[in-house]
Amino acid sequence: MLRRIRALKSISALVLAGAVAFTMAGCGSSDGSAGSSGSGGSGGSSDGKIVMGFSQVGAESGWRTANTKSVQESAQEAGIELKFSDAQQKQENQIKAIRSYIQQKVDVIAFSPVVESGWDTVLKEAKNANIPVILTDRAVDSQDTSLYKTFLGSDFVEEGRKAGQWLVEEYKDSTDPVNIVQLEGTTGSAPANDRKAGFQEVISADSKFKIIASQTGDFTRAKGKEVMEAFLKSNPDIDVLYAHNDDMGLGAIEAIEGAGKVPGKDIKIITVDAVRDGMQALADGKINYIVECSPLLGPQLMDLAKKVVNGEQVPTRVVTEETTFTQEQAKEALPNRKY
Amino acid sequence: MSRTLRPLLNPVLRHRMLWPVVILAALLLLNLFFTNGFFKVEMKDGHLYGSLIDIVRFGAPLILVSLGMTLVIATCGIDLSVGSIVAISGALACLWISELGDQNSIGGVLTAVALGLGLSVALGAWNGFLVAGIGIQPIIATLILMVAGRGVAQLITDGQIITVNSSPYKLIGGGYWLTLPFGIIIVIAVLALTAFLTRRLALGLLIESVGGNAEASRLAGIRSRGVLMMVYAFCGLCAGIAGLMISSNVSSADGNNAGLWIELDAILAVVIGGTSLAGGRFSLGGTVLGALIIQTLTTTIYSIGVPPETTLLFKALVVTIVCLLQSPAFREKAFRRRRRPAAAASASAEEEAGEERVGVSA
Amino acid sequence: MTAPAPILRMTGIGKQFPGVKALDGVDFRLLPGEVHALMGENGAGKSTLIKVLTGVYDIDAGEIELAGRKVAFAGPQAAQRAGISTVYQEVNLCTNLSVAENIFIGREPRRLGRIQWRRMRQRAAELLARLEIDIDVSAPLSSYSLAIQQMVAIARALDIEARVLILDEPTSSLDAGEVAQLFRVMRRLKEQGIAILFVSHFLDQIYEISDRMTILRNGRLVGEHLTSELSQIELVGKMIGRELADLERLGAKPAAESSESSAGKPVPLLEARELGRTGAIEPFTLTIHEGEVVGLAGLLGSGRTEIARLLFGADHAGTGSLRIGGEQVSLRTPRAAVSRKIAFCSENRRAEGLIPDLTVRENIILALQAARGWTRPIPRRRQDELVDKYIKALSIRPPDPDQLVKNLSGGNQQKVLLARWLILEPRLLILDEPTRGIDVGAKAEIQRLVAELSDGGMAVLFISAELEEVLRLSHRVGVLRDRRLVAQLENGDDLTTDTLTETIASGARS
Repeated sequence: MLRRIRALKSISALVLAGAVAFTMAGCGSSDGSAGSSGSGGSGGSSDGKIVMGFSQVGAESGWRTANTKSVQESAQEAGIELKFSDAQQKQENQIKAIRSYIQQKVDVIAFSPVVESGWDTVLKEAKNANIPVILTDRAVDSQDTSLYKTFLGSDFVEEGRKAGQWLVEEYKDSTDPVNIVQLEGTTGSAPANDRKAGFQEVISADSKFKIIASQTGDFTRAKGKEVMEAFLKSNPDIDVLYAHNDDMGLGAIEAIEGAGKVPGKDIKIITVDAVRDGMQALADGKINYIVECSPLLGPQLMDLAKKVVNGEQVPTRVVTEETTFTQEQAKEALPNRKY
Repeated sequence: MSRTLRPLLNPVLRHRMLWPVVILAALLLLNLFFTNGFFKVEMKDGHLYGSLIDIVRFGAPLILVSLGMTLVIATCGIDLSVGSIVAISGALACLWISELGDQNSIGGVLTAVALGLGLSVALGAWNGFLVAGIGIQPIIATLILMVAGRGVAQLITDGQIITVNSSPYKLIGGGYWLTLPFGIIIVIAVLALTAFLTRRLALGLLIESVGGNAEASRLAGIRSRGVLMMVYAFCGLCAGIAGLMISSNVSSADGNNAGLWIELDAILAVVIGGTSLAGGRFSLGGTVLGALIIQTLTTTIYSIGVPPETTLLFKALVVTIVCLLQSPAFREKAFRRRRRPAAAASASAEEEAGEERVGVSA
Repeated sequence: MTAPAPILRMTGIGKQFPGVKALDGVDFRLLPGEVHALMGENGAGKSTLIKVLTGVYDIDAGEIELAGRKVAFAGPQAAQRAGISTVYQEVNLCTNLSVAENIFIGREPRRLGRIQWRRMRQRAAELLARLEIDIDVSAPLSSYSLAIQQMVAIARALDIEARVLILDEPTSSLDAGEVAQLFRVMRRLKEQGIAILFVSHFLDQIYEISDRMTILRNGRLVGEHLTSELSQIELVGKMIGRELADLERLGAKPAAESSESSAGKPVPLLEARELGRTGAIEPFTLTIHEGEVVGLAGLLGSGRTEIARLLFGADHAGTGSLRIGGEQVSLRTPRAAVSRKIAFCSENRRAEGLIPDLTVRENIILALQAARGWTRPIPRRRQDELVDKYIKALSIRPPDPDQLVKNLSGGNQQKVLLARWLILEPRLLILDEPTRGIDVGAKAEIQRLVAELSDGGMAVLFISAELEEVLRLSHRVGVLRDRRLVAQLENGDDLTTDTLTETIASGARS
């Protein structure tokens, strides 16, 4: 009996190990060239080509996949050899990847930190090995800013401000109170906090703007719809919806239509991101305004990498080149939208 | 409560559905005071419209997943992979539809539904095979698919959100039929099917027997392997239907987020409904109540405007109270302590009722 | 005998379960330094009285005094702290923990919060030495026999400074030597002034060890007597509340005429040839005819249960062949055996027989339902007929088909298990220790049932540790020793318990 149990245990351990390997394969193949890191010896710039080690957060959303694609494609265009690894949302994987880049003596390391804290040790190791580090998309909370050269990414607070500014402009002739509902991103995440703060900052200048309900929709369509349904029932007069990303906005549109109202007319909608589905809705007139949060920071990243490797000075904070879209602009931009 | 009423009320007080019903009523009551027009149900565009309808509509996927989970838990097992199956089934169906020439073709949508459900049943059967065929502990066996399944879903959607524009598909989770949300009709159908299989036919007895004592069941001549395979496959099917419903409701498949953590909500619903995690006796009605309680709680949070930072705490509080009230050991302790010294005092009954009220609204 | 003040006094105890009045106005007292036997049939209220006393159940009426002070225990721990220790009928230990851990679980010797393992093992060994047992206390409990496990349970109870020790069926799985050992320990404890409440179905043991007894019937007190003043016949009469004619009639051996008839049968119902399984039972050859009762005798662990399991397909046979009704078969699962009308009541009814959370009805129809498959439910009316018939036929108490089986007493649970198989109308019924741990009345009923069934043409394989019982019922007796079937003896006038014991002891093939 005991022996049988032991045998079962070892079988289950084997199967589990197999399953983990399988998952890694599954995730890896979803972003093209994962695991394309060359052989250990090929590190360094022996053939004059810059070698970049890049550690991505994971493949948790469409935005992230577009981000990965952009980095990979622009590296190729810029003639930079890219060593890419997917951390699958785990900091320890990311630290491991960075250490291996240090060992391979790459020319520059770039990564999107999974979490904000706990990076000092590994960043010091990179500094001691004289390898410059560029942060992309997300920041770290290190006190010692000499540990990385620059941080390239969107300014979420600014995105919130842009959303607020459009709203103020839209209602500048009206004196009636404007009732706003807000669909927040995942509670506690930086984009959710900052987009909320930036928006609040701008609209608080005029007391006619009132946020009458605000709730998290976890950045997903399903939750966005569910929360909006509840908003519609408990608040009969909603003038404006501000959603922290397109997906929640798209879910909310369905809820608004289900309630017999016309999205974009009865309720004005502002969202952030500008993914293709969002742009389509904007072009169709269901969304009124989208603030872009671009994942396409590849070209800027390659540019910065070259400068850093050549020893040029770069600003410690580089904001991604982003724009905003109105309905007309969306119709123009839609045909060549990449993601 | 007077002495003469006690014997009459005792069967009610001892009924295992009592506490779930009390809790659901308390949550609804909370909304009566805090939310305007919560109980208003009106006709809009030829279908029913209102918060109560929303609760059932958004709760439908959870009810489905919980029904499958109930049977699995009754066999003394657990299925952690339902969330991943939800994602996979929705992803596969949406992928198929998105590649149709005419997304509104009924045949194409039916094929997509069949594909999604077929794969879900196959994945459920795979779980059953690991548990019954190889003998891996259920929590480990289904953990494999829970982790790997997300990867499979991402593989199907290529990490993107697949958006479809198909009115027949939309019907499943977002449409209406005879003024009722179609999701509710599906839930009623699945519930009726489950009740028929388990209570009309003898599957329920065999499940409870296998869950209550697996070795004794084998020695009584029950093919427990077959029962387990069937139960896990059924659980997969339920999760698959829920997956179609969730993706249909927003006309898109999100491999990353669809059905995320739904397994935990489902387990909670089953437990609140009075089915023991140790297997054996199960209650389908209790599970439906449990799932409704969870969904009502979520909707309540949205409509009374609990700030997002405190929603988790609020949920945790309510769930703790629910679980405590459902625990016979706790009730015994809480109510016995007062009954003993005050056995003679007639005030004791009123005291009990008072404490309940405080407990629920806390 | 000038009685000292009782250490324990229970007055007017009442306890009601849904649909059952388990105790009704029962008085009970226990004096220090006595062994007091609590007697009664299954369902008479013995177990309930013990559970009420140890705080497992609340009482609905009456009061309990310990050493002159009124007490109400909130649970077994509270009772234990007050000095009432219990060893239950079914061993309630953690078999995956070591012997020492089992003895000290929940009260490990600690220093600064850390468990002192060495001290724990030392003290465990000392305690067991008091019971004259010398084993490795760091080995897991599961590596020892049930008998040793029982002794460990007693050692655990003894370690607590007990004033009252309750032994609920401690001897049902012990052999004669172990019983003698236990009685020595009990006498020593008695001399130390500990009051011992003793429950056993073995009347000889009661008369050997007890000083006084209290008799219960149907939840009521029948009387309290000095053991020396009550004869065995009077005792049994009080327990079952009727004359003993039934019991005595069973005394006659069924042997002679039936053995002739079995010899005349051309095709045996079951024919095992060199059937065996490595590590369980050496290859054996056994034939069973219709209407024949074959007994298996041998010590605990001699391979009796293993034979039963092979014939039922609960384990796979490694060697040999099996014919049923002349047809060569290979029983790979119990299901295959059931479909050939073989039924098996396991000795371990809690782990391998009943589904405790299901009702009496569900437990009874389980095997029939399993045989029909889940798509063909048994109609409710048919269920009622079958269940009512067997509740009446076996006088299962309480006669409520919707009562949960776990609420029934041991003997009634056994009857439910029997009923499950009888409704299948098997051709061969394998009974492994069907009368263990159940009272005289129920035992007689089961024995009578076996005789009736075999008269009706059913073949029975009857396994029991009680040689008298095996002799009384069997046409033929197979004797086991060290996992081998060493002899098969026709049950004639020359076969007595002494000859059986000799065969078991010598292992000679006759």
